[in-house]
Amino acid sequence: MTAASTPPMIRVAGVDKFFGPLHVLKNVQLEVPKGQVVVVLGPSGSGKSTLCRTINRLEPIDSGVIEVDGQPLPAEGKELARLRADVGMVFQSFNLFAHKTIVENVMLAPTKVRKTPAAEARKTAMELLERVGIANQADKFPAQLSGGQQQRAAIARALAMKPKVMLFDEPTSALDPEMVQEVLDVMTGLAKDGMTMLVVTHEMGFARKAADRVIFMSDGEVVEDSTPEEFFSAPKSNRAKDFLGKILTH
Amino acid sequence: MGVLTRNLDLFVNHFANTLKLFAVSGIASLLLGIFLAMLRVSPVPVFRGVGTLYVTVVRNTPLTLVFVFFVFAYPYLEIIKFEFFTAAVVALTLYTSAFVCEVVRSGINTVPIGQAEASRALGLTFTQMLGSIVLPQALRSVVPPMVSTFIALLKNTTVAAGFSVREAGAIRDALSELGEDTLTGMLWVAAIFVLLVMPLTYLQRVLEKRWSVAR
Repeated sequence: MTAASTPPMIRVAGVDKFFGPLHVLKNVQLEVPKGQVVVVLGPSGSGKSTLCRTINRLEPIDSGVIEVDGQPLPAEGKELARLRADVGMVFQSFNLFAHKTIVENVMLAPTKVRKTPAAEARKTAMELLERVGIANQADKFPAQLSGGQQQRAAIARALAMKPKVMLFDEPTSALDPEMVQEVLDVMTGLAKDGMTMLVVTHEMGFARKAADRVIFMSDGEVVEDSTPEEFFSAPKSNRAKDFLGKILTH
Repeated sequence: MGVLTRNLDLFVNHFANTLKLFAVSGIASLLLGIFLAMLRVSPVPVFRGVGTLYVTVVRNTPLTLVFVFFVFAYPYLEIIKFEFFTAAVVALTLYTSAFVCEVVRSGINTVPIGQAEASRALGLTFTQMLGSIVLPQALRSVVPPMVSTFIALLKNTTVAAGFSVREAGAIRDALSELGEDTLTGMLWVAAIFVLLVMPLTYLQRVLEKRWSVAR
């Protein structure tokens, strides 16, 4: 496969984004080929979450181009909804639908958006819940589950749409420490299965183990783009050295 | 007791009309109110403007004035002829839906933004997001003020008596023509209204209890 014959799953080119006077993304360039797992690291406020959210246009950008599977992001409307259906997203705060049971959460988008018959959607949902290890919680409401279980349900909900790519926006940052691993295990499994993933996280272990590539962001810029081994053993920039120094010493 | 038993037919007929007015304008207000609330949270500025304009103009315009318009002024516009009952339903609906709209909208504001973001990220359209995710949760959080709005509507139906609709508000006049004791009659009317409000209060309690578990 050459780069010319298959477009990258995600292409971000020359993207700028402002929150008022704050320049949160500065001329960001990034390509994620199909099947690659890219971890985005960086101090808080570096724009990594914003970058993740621009890829399915939860945050509109001020200039530049974002393409998913060769298709530029459309403006708000039916077209955009169709594209979002192909891009799975997992949030820091899970955002499970509070008034629906776990299995209903997973079934909802397939039945509403893809018009899958309910029986079939339920079957797929149960398989996915089995895969993330919470099939026995299917009929509970989100508030009755632990954080780790909720996040695994949220991953199952995203997977139910059979997305081409998955975006993870700090999926373990709101979890109690003992629950982080169960979520990371599910994500590592996904990565092994060949899912294209963009993961914003502070979990260095996950970056080392599951990432094909590490992006380091600081002050809205992509500062480094390398393999995990390279990044953790020999970071090039001072900002990355400083960042790693702060998190790896304790 | 005599006033009530001697004129039981009169009470039953009038209160039947009250309940009919309440039921028809209640359902219509709920639908129109939810629709207006959807306009007010729409991403399209024109829709938002229409919703806001409606609420600004209609909310707390004296109900009698709305009735006066539909019973006396509206016929001169010669659009569609209304019977008195229909005119009363229209007036009550337009009046009540402004309140329903604001109750629903305050409910929408209690739904965390993440719920809408998750819906959008899954590919739901704006209407699907509102219909399946945001409105069901919004309505759950506004049961008490919504029930208050409907109790107000139930009692507001009596204004229609002034405009040739024979509902509970007209019982006094009817009794007076029959030479009955109107003051006792009025007390009975009041008592029956209390009875009619009770199921609504009960409904509120049931819904609050059921929906507090599901969240």
